[in-house]
This record gives sequence, structure tokens and C-alpha cells, in this order.
Amino acid sequence: MKIMKPQRDVGIVGYGAYVPRYRLRGTEISRMWEGEQGSTPPIKEKAVPGLDEDVATMSLEAARNALKRAAIDPSRIRAVWVGSESHPYAVKPTSTIVAEAIGAVPHTLAADWQFACKAGTEAMQAALGFVGSGMADYALALGMDTAQGRPRDALEYTAGAGGAAFLVGPAEESLAVLEGSTSYVTDTADFWRRQHEHYPAHAGRFTGEPGYFRHVLAAASEIMAALGRKPADYAHVIFHQPNTKFPRKAGRELGFSSEQLVAGLLVDDIGNTYAGAAMIGLTSVFDVAQPGERVLMVSFGSGAGSDAFDLRVTDAITARRGRALSTRDYIVRRHELDYATYARHREKIRME
Amino acid sequence: MEIARHWRLQRHRYALVGEVCNHCGVKIFPARDVCPECNAPAKTPYTFSGKGEVYSYSTVHHPPEGFEHFAPYVVALVRLAEGPLVAAQLTDVEGEKIEIGMPVEMVTRKLRDDGSRGTIVYGYKFRPVIASGTSADVKDASV
Repeated sequence: MKIMKPQRDVGIVGYGAYVPRYRLRGTEISRMWEGEQGSTPPIKEKAVPGLDEDVATMSLEAARNALKRAAIDPSRIRAVWVGSESHPYAVKPTSTIVAEAIGAVPHTLAADWQFACKAGTEAMQAALGFVGSGMADYALALGMDTAQGRPRDALEYTAGAGGAAFLVGPAEESLAVLEGSTSYVTDTADFWRRQHEHYPAHAGRFTGEPGYFRHVLAAASEIMAALGRKPADYAHVIFHQPNTKFPRKAGRELGFSSEQLVAGLLVDDIGNTYAGAAMIGLTSVFDVAQPGERVLMVSFGSGAGSDAFDLRVTDAITARRGRALSTRDYIVRRHELDYATYARHREKIRME
Repeated sequence: MEIARHWRLQRHRYALVGEVCNHCGVKIFPARDVCPECNAPAKTPYTFSGKGEVYSYSTVHHPPEGFEHFAPYVVALVRLAEGPLVAAQLTDVEGEKIEIGMPVEMVTRKLRDDGSRGTIVYGYKFRPVIASGTSADVKDASV
């Protein structure tokens, strides 16, 4: 397997996160469906979008944070690519709204990406290649979701809201340089949502071994083998995080310690942010990473596939991270909802 | 058909873009192409910082058509740091004590949603300023 790396060295020049203010505790969901003596929820709580928020408004705030850190003229951005499975429109791009609002229009590409939870890292791969080819100096890749969970389904406990934006640019301007990336994709129906359906369906336990673990473990092992690395070479590792168990198990099987996972593991506080999950974990790592440290990020999207990225943090991180709100700043801002208010926020109450 | 009207305003609404008077330096919002202070032509775009404070506020319990989804909601006059007074909704304020003089910052949110067959209109609202520099060991501010 040949590693993916453009001839022109590229990296991340700016990053930004966004998490909405509202939270629903796991115990509130179990109280609703299992009574006061309900089972222990899989995560502590999840983030819920406000009544006036969607993937466009949330992407916009993450993009503005990435631009504050990069401090470049937004008219130089040649692509705005938003990965999500909860775009506000079935037809009409989220990305043009974001591009217009940040001032990247009109000389830019804009498109929405779709690949379950890896739509955002797919956009990142494309942005790295686009800048790497020399066609652009800057490209903005986002992963953002307001994930849908059917009431009473196991996924209702974890389907959260949030995500991240990465401005990709030349290596010499980057706060983290790309050393290589890889993708590992097969046709595996572990989770899906048909057109016009409100909620996704999943194949239960089949989402585990044939879905998540097969793809995540293969992508992580292959990128490390191709670059001649071992787990101890990385200061931080981020896996897609649909719950707290899967990323921890993947880390253990690959030989990573829990200390390497902790900075990028946010699912217990904000839920599974789907296309945003691995990417917002990376923003949280950048908030604490030191120059010279290596970071491995491995996403997973049902359907199914994983993208893995090997990044080296540069000296530029120290000056840039303080220019915008940290991921933790958004996580500690919280207003708890009860189940009824959550049902209103997520439009589970049909008014007509 | 309001599509054209919203489309004309979206540049101003998405990012709080007004104008600056090159004659007397006054910052103008919304854009009106003539300086309200010195009557000189003023057509140079100016993007406001989005920082401001609450000048006055009220809560809407009986919303006009198109805003039912968000009611009850808070409307405010916000004095922008650069001078102009802007009418807008406050957002992310449930459970917050709103006060005159409270520092706020601009965010872009859904202004109205014309049902499942219509368009979504986005624009500026203001929220309480989010505290930055949270230390990593503070896990939860409110419990």
C-alpha cells in the first residue's frame, strides 16, 4: 500500500471547533424509556443544537474560528467543502452559505460531501490533494453534524451535535504538517438512511467488527506500517468515537495507551458528532499539543471506510491556538435540557 | 416572493457588513450609501467586529408569522462597539439573566424557516460572550 502524500508539502494552517450550548444527559433518556431504575447510559451527556441552529450555522462558526487562527484573507480560499449527514437542504449546498458568510465567494469551489461519519475527513483528503496539486493555496474542509437518533433507539443516547473546520494550506505556513494519509473503504451496510426518512437504521452488533473495527484497525495499521511508525511515536491518537468503548478498544488492540487517547476523546461530554467526531477530537488535541509532537487521526464512516492522517505539529501552534475559542471553552458552556425540551429542539414533536 | 429581498440583504445579514463614511469616518449599519452624520456619499463596505452590548431588550411571546418556531424569544437593541444601534434577537440565553449593558457577540443563525417546502433565512443574532481560556481540568462549569 502506497501512502498518500502530495509532491507539494501541505498541512493545516487553521482549525476551529463548534459545539452547541445545550446538553441532554444519558440518564434523562433512560428515565424516559426505562423508568427511574434504567440501565447505565453509554455516555454521560450529548450536545443538542439550539432551535435556530443547523449544520450551516454551526459550520460557519467553526469556519470563522479556523480563519481567526490562520489569519489569511478569506478571498484566497479556493474550496469550501462541508461533510455532513444532516445538511439542512436535500438540494442546495450548505457550503455556499458558509462560503458567502466568510467572504470566500465568488472565486471558490463549494460542495457538500456525504459518507456517513467520514464525510468530513473525506473532504480533508480532497483539500490536502487540492492544495498539494498547486491548484489552490487554501481549502477549507469541514465535518459537522446534528445527528439524528430515533426515540428509544440505542443511538438516541449518543447522537450529538458539533464538529470542526480545518483550513488546509502550504506546509511552511502550517501549524501541523501532513506526513501522509490513507483510506480503507469497502461496501459494508452497517448503518444507513434512505431518502425522506427522518432516522437512520443500523445493523446492531454488525456495526462493530465488520464495520468500525475492520476499517479503523486496517487504516491505522497500514499508515503506521507505510511510514515506519509504532504507537509510541505518537503523542496523541484520535479515533472516530461513536461511544466510549469503540475508540478505547481500537486503541488497546493497536497498542496505544489511554494517555494517548485522552486529549481527543470527547464523546462522553458531547456525544457522537458523526462527521465531526474525529475532527473535533483533533481540534481538542491541537489545543494542547506541543511543537514536534506527532498526531494520528483515524475516522470511520458507515457504508464503510476509514481515513487515517499522520500529522506533525509545528512551532506555529503556540501563537495561533489562542486566537479563537478552544474546544473546551465550548464544552464547558452548557445548558441542560429535559427530554420534552430536547424533543422540541430536535423537531420530534410534529405540529401538523 | 421574498427570495430576492432576502438575497439582496444576505451579505449584510450573514456577517454584519455595513459601510464606512470616508469623509467623517462614521461606521454605518445597515448600509444606506449616504452618511447619516455628514450627508456625504458612503459606499465603502465595512465588516463590523460583532462585539457590542445590550442597550435594551424585551421578550416576544406572540411572534409574527414565520417566527413561531423560536417563541418565546428575546429581542434587543444592541449598541455595536463601532457605534451603530442594531435591532436583533438574542440567542443562547435560556436560563441567563439578561441585563442592560451585558456584553454580547454576533453569531449567524436561522432567522426564519418557511416550512419544509420553503427556504431557510439566515442572519445575525447576538449571544452572551463565551468565556475563553478555560483550563483543561475544568470539566463542567455548571454542576
